[in-house]
Amino acid sequence: MAWFKKHPQPDFWMRYKNTFLGKQPNELSAIRFVLFDTETTGLNLNNDRILSIGAVSFKDGVIKISDQFECYLEQSVFNSQTVAIHGLVRTGKHHKMDEFEALERFLNYIKNAVLVAHHAAFDVGMINNVLKRHHLPKLKNTVLDTSFIYKKTKSQSVSDTHYSLDYLIKEFHIPEHDRHTASGDAYITALLFAKLLSLLKNKHPDLNLSHLKTQKKRIGLL
Amino acid sequence: MNTIAQRIADFLKNHPPFNILDFQDVLAISKRIDVLYVEPKTFVFNINEPIANAFYVVKEGGIGLYRTNNQLVDQCDEGDIFGLRALMRDGLYKLSAQALEECVLYRISSDILEKYITSNSEANRVLLKMFASNTLISTKETWDTTPKDALTPILDFTEEQSANFSKNPIQCIETTSIQKAAKLMTLHRVGSIIITENKKPIGIITDKDLRSKIATGETKITESVKIIMSSPVKTFPENISISEAQIAMLTYKITHLCITKDGSPNSELTGILSEHDIVVIRENNASGLVKEIKRTNSIEQLASIKLRSEKLLERYMQQKLPISFIAKIISAINTALTDQAITFVLQTLESTPPVTFSWLAIGSQGRHEQLLRTDQDNCLVFENVAAKDYQATQIYFLNFAQKVNDALHTIGFEYCPANMMANNPKWCLSVSEWQKQFTNWISTPDPDNLMLCTIFFDFDLVYGNEKLVNELTEIIFKAIKSHDIFLNHLGVNALKNPPPLSFFRNFLVENSGEHQDQFDIKARAMMPLVDAARLLILSKNEAGFNNTIARYERLITLEPQNKDVYDACLNSFKDLLFFRTQQGLTNNDSGRFINLQALSKADRLDLKQTFRAVKAVQELIQTRYQLAQFL
Repeated sequence: MAWFKKHPQPDFWMRYKNTFLGKQPNELSAIRFVLFDTETTGLNLNNDRILSIGAVSFKDGVIKISDQFECYLEQSVFNSQTVAIHGLVRTGKHHKMDEFEALERFLNYIKNAVLVAHHAAFDVGMINNVLKRHHLPKLKNTVLDTSFIYKKTKSQSVSDTHYSLDYLIKEFHIPEHDRHTASGDAYITALLFAKLLSLLKNKHPDLNLSHLKTQKKRIGLL
Repeated sequence: MNTIAQRIADFLKNHPPFNILDFQDVLAISKRIDVLYVEPKTFVFNINEPIANAFYVVKEGGIGLYRTNNQLVDQCDEGDIFGLRALMRDGLYKLSAQALEECVLYRISSDILEKYITSNSEANRVLLKMFASNTLISTKETWDTTPKDALTPILDFTEEQSANFSKNPIQCIETTSIQKAAKLMTLHRVGSIIITENKKPIGIITDKDLRSKIATGETKITESVKIIMSSPVKTFPENISISEAQIAMLTYKITHLCITKDGSPNSELTGILSEHDIVVIRENNASGLVKEIKRTNSIEQLASIKLRSEKLLERYMQQKLPISFIAKIISAINTALTDQAITFVLQTLESTPPVTFSWLAIGSQGRHEQLLRTDQDNCLVFENVAAKDYQATQIYFLNFAQKVNDALHTIGFEYCPANMMANNPKWCLSVSEWQKQFTNWISTPDPDNLMLCTIFFDFDLVYGNEKLVNELTEIIFKAIKSHDIFLNHLGVNALKNPPPLSFFRNFLVENSGEHQDQFDIKARAMMPLVDAARLLILSKNEAGFNNTIARYERLITLEPQNKDVYDACLNSFKDLLFFRTQQGLTNNDSGRFINLQALSKADRLDLKQTFRAVKAVQELIQTRYQLAQFL
């Protein structure tokens, strides 16, 4: 059926796709989570671009610093207003790569991990738009959102409230190192995720992946 | 790029042993760290679980280490390391580690530990020390592998002494017969011969080799020296200082150092430095001052020597010589100064003393443990006289003592603020009056009397009739024997300052007065060790050990089953004495009060370790005297 495709899929995509062939575990201790964050030129999914991606993995209660990811992207779109937030100017000190290379590296890194981000819809949306620009399908990973998981720890329904990462950092006494760098936020999210999992496990000793997933209809909004 | 690892490295680099490593190494370690979030009450590991292949650094929160009976042994917080039993690679945990509060921990695998930390001798030393401070009582091995003096950089001290090594050392080649080598050594009256090849030292034979390998019949004298020589040899540069040389000998357990042109084994042999050479130089130096004291003819000259001895102390401290050595030297000088002052005073008196007497140093002076800001603590004992002559005799000695106290003050020994001096009628008595006093203290051990016992029982003869001192010692032991309960009271007294367990978190500082917010190292760390040593040695009926270091050394011989505890006490006391003296020199005070905030983590660690020792010896005392009922 390959002749239907305008664009042949690159090797890295095939490798990435193949990691989803087996059955995904549902018990939390067996799952590799990747906590990630993107720094972008702005908040518009269509017009803004990714400046950097930071990620770190978490498995069975342990944040593995040896299994981390960090990259900086060359920018075609530049928004001087957000420089104040992320500190990334067009010509920074970091080695920069183009979007396609970053994508390849990111997918090689995440494989079939369960992705976790704070307000994941935005970060996943940004990555999916990169994929789209390169004529590739959307991310295949299961995605969790720490802001949603936080709401699960609350007894009452608080679903309409918006909980910023800053708010949760204070609530959970997480030190604000490297806030607003992709890696720094990924690490902070990882600590937050670890704490949230502990809290939920106390409530539900048999907690598994299904409990953490966002409702389907919300995924549909991505 | 790994921003997270950078941040972890930024944290680790401030804490031992990471602070000793190159930042690049810390970064490399950080890149391979596991970060764990641990909830309150969660166990990181349990007693008798197999040792994990990793140890932990507390990033945030607090970890309690517990023994079997749920007894809190230690508390670790930010920057502290625990789980170092992983160093052992095998076996079971001896403690359990439980989160006291929410914790974020860094887990570092043993492989990384070996690659970056244990391969760095200085970092390894710190690590072993930490391991020792996390276990209740360090093992002997831990102490032995931490030669504090050996690894700290040695300051050059050209003005003092450079090692004056013997040039043109006796040498032979490796095919020389042992007999011929021995003849050469005898001919030149030396204790060693160096085997060279192209003028480079390749081996050495000492008297000891001849004794242990030849005289025992193990090797024939016709064999070549090659068979029995120690090889390779440790070589050192020509500009080696005395302390470096001494430390090298201690570190490598050798008695002779080969000196080569550039210090490496591949350069020409230029000399040899023996342990004996060093002893001679050292003795000359200390005894030089003492000899000078003997030659003085005025109090003012003594004052200037006292000042010079303080400079000597400073220099010794800088060179980080063993503190027991420093204490001996300084005490010897102080004793000589007092001795000479007494001689001067005696010369000025119109009449010679009516009976013989002894001048005693007491308290920390008597124990030779006050090296800085020395004030006078002394008393006098004179021979028994007829009742009708007593008053006149005491007046004679009080007048004499007043003059000695004044002279000592002029020399630079401050008056004792508590008036514990021989010019005080209470502390200038005949043997039988002292006997009454001692017996009273021992039979009525109220807090005041106990306090006096702790001062006056640590006496040391400075001048006069040794027989009187021996009588006093006998009196004390006899009185103790007939008042069993006294030792229990002394025991309670020895436990009145329990060690601060949670030292890092809740600083146990003085909460009022001039030294507010400072830590009293004397009362909280040194006195408990001093009191314990005194009690234990008194209970053993052992006379003649009036110094804390000597007491613990003696206790190790007497009770080998408690060697670990006494070793820890001994080493802790040395550390504390060194530390206090160093603090005193830095701040130009007695060194008694320490600003904990200003301490380095390594120093805090040393302090923490001493508390382990205090705790252990206090537990031993409590059990031995069944003091639970008293407390």
